[in-house]
Amino acid sequence: MLARHYIGESWKHGLLIIGALIVLIPFYMMVSMSLKSQQEIQSISGGLVGAQEIQTFPVCTKHGYTEEVCTMRPYKYNFWFAFKKAPIPRYLMNGLIVTVSIFLIQVLIALPCSYALAKLRFKGREFVFSMVLFCLLIPVHAIALPLYVMLAKAGLVDTYAALIIPWTISVFGIFLMRQFFMTVPDELIDAARMDGMGEYSIVWKVMLPVAIPALLAFAIFSVVAHWNDYFWPRIVITGNRDLFTPPLGIREFRGGIDSDEFGPMMASIVTVTIPLIVAFIVAQKRFVEGITMTGMK
Amino acid sequence: MGTISLKNINKSFGSTEVLKQLSLDIQDGEFLTLVGPSGCGKSTLLKIIAGLEQQNSGDVIIDDKNVNSTRASKRDLAMVFQSYALYPHLTVRKNLETPLKLRDYSFVERLPLIGNFVPSRKEKKKSIDDLVFKTSETLKITELLDRKPGQLSGGQRQRAALGRAMVREPVAFLMDEPLSNLDAALRVHMRSELSELHNSLKTTFIYVTHDQAEALTMSTRMAVMIDGELLQLDTPSEVYNNPSSLRVAEFVGSPKINTFAAQISSDGSVEFMGIKLERKFNTNSQKALVAVRPEHLEITKDSNKPAFEATVSYRENLGSDIFYHVQVNQSESKIIVRGSPQAGLISNGETVRISPSHAEAMLFETSGERIR
Repeated sequence: MLARHYIGESWKHGLLIIGALIVLIPFYMMVSMSLKSQQEIQSISGGLVGAQEIQTFPVCTKHGYTEEVCTMRPYKYNFWFAFKKAPIPRYLMNGLIVTVSIFLIQVLIALPCSYALAKLRFKGREFVFSMVLFCLLIPVHAIALPLYVMLAKAGLVDTYAALIIPWTISVFGIFLMRQFFMTVPDELIDAARMDGMGEYSIVWKVMLPVAIPALLAFAIFSVVAHWNDYFWPRIVITGNRDLFTPPLGIREFRGGIDSDEFGPMMASIVTVTIPLIVAFIVAQKRFVEGITMTGMK
Repeated sequence: MGTISLKNINKSFGSTEVLKQLSLDIQDGEFLTLVGPSGCGKSTLLKIIAGLEQQNSGDVIIDDKNVNSTRASKRDLAMVFQSYALYPHLTVRKNLETPLKLRDYSFVERLPLIGNFVPSRKEKKKSIDDLVFKTSETLKITELLDRKPGQLSGGQRQRAALGRAMVREPVAFLMDEPLSNLDAALRVHMRSELSELHNSLKTTFIYVTHDQAEALTMSTRMAVMIDGELLQLDTPSEVYNNPSSLRVAEFVGSPKINTFAAQISSDGSVEFMGIKLERKFNTNSQKALVAVRPEHLEITKDSNKPAFEATVSYRENLGSDIFYHVQVNQSESKIIVRGSPQAGLISNGETVRISPSHAEAMLFETSGERIR
């Protein structure tokens, strides 16, 4: 009986472990390849970190650096060369500017909208909300072309604005926050009104602090989606390398004479991924704190 | 001053009428309780007074001024809510400061950072601090000022919510079932504290509750509302002893009042359960209802007293009182009689003789109106 119980449990765990491996192995490969030398990568040897022998890298000397400069351990070379080949800090900065601006403007718009949809009584509220739900069904790719044409006519192609503006109204954000605001007791809003707050004060001084946990959940969706987005930047950033976001930057390592040098390529990918992983770990902790701090019953 | 009068208030949500032509005058400094079963419209009425809800027709007049189109914050009323509705992200001190800041500071002074540089703010800040401290002293919450609502117990939150209402020194307090989230012992304790607070503040209190015990213990006058109508407005003892209709009599008083079918003869004498009432009533109806409170029924062994027989089916021992639920005969519903523990316990299934006290029997029409 007990043994059968364990067998029943273990196949579930086995399945979950396989699932986890499928997700984790590419990450393992990425980290490992960013540390190893080209020979080790090609011969699939050296385990996670490789032998880390000091050597001179031919692609480096081909780029016009002296042999002395090009002699170092593989892990160091991979990261050093990645940063030499492409302005990665600039890309990271662009990624930060774009994702943070998008998120802040999304909140600025979604909060009053969702407050009105959840807590104010007006004619046509249900209709407006059903339109919000309808907009959730429209895929980005379906409207990409008209959006691009609009931005092009406005002369905004190859600007930060082109990267940010199309995403500022997040129907998903409005929907998510509206569902959260529905759970906030009306009495809290009535109390704020008795205290003399106007509707906008209620949104920013009462609803916003109460909604921090929901906002963090939304932030994860929004930031991850736009940090990793390749499709839209590829369309509206046509030539200006100064505006490249991290995913566009990684593309720099594709093709060309040294296209088979995986070390620096993987190093750049690791660099681009790290901010997200760190942000997620930090947010996860705040996430739990946020829920406990609300103190509503 | 804090007189509030309501004139012909109507309110409906969709097709359901919540308040029907309701008029009410509240005097300055009184503790008025709006009491009624859930869904009778008492909370809606309070919200209409507060300005959080708009009536369909009728007038709200505060201190001889029609406030129909005045915003909630400008009516100078304070409200205490059932769930306390404290701002969860602010400390108790900040919770208490909020209404004062919103009232006293100008727009510029309220701005974060920039506000600090406005010279007039410093003085106002001082008076706010004083008021918050004074209020917290009155309510004995000074040591809780730096905690957040989540770190307080129910009773402490209740006080903090009272504090937030008190700091503004409003014309009147509106309270929406403020005690119903507390445990039984604390509720009884807070009842006396609220009464004391009312005595010391001498401000108008309007208190909404479904608990008739709260209404009976605290109020100067109580307004009994059922189904959106004001049935009776009087002092607690008048409402209890002299209800205007059977619905009021049944709602006020616990356990519920007993009713018996009665026959009225042409000379006005009333007979129920084989007992003739001494008093004669002036009415044309032949059938009526006699209502007697459990404490006015007596279990007697004296065979000379007019009485009827019944079987004890259930016993509720409250320590100071024992309530016997008795079955008169199979067809009739149960009635409740108060007995004293000194007389000794009567066990279930025993047959007893029950005698009503004639002076306390009330007569109602079968439709519910009182016959006097």
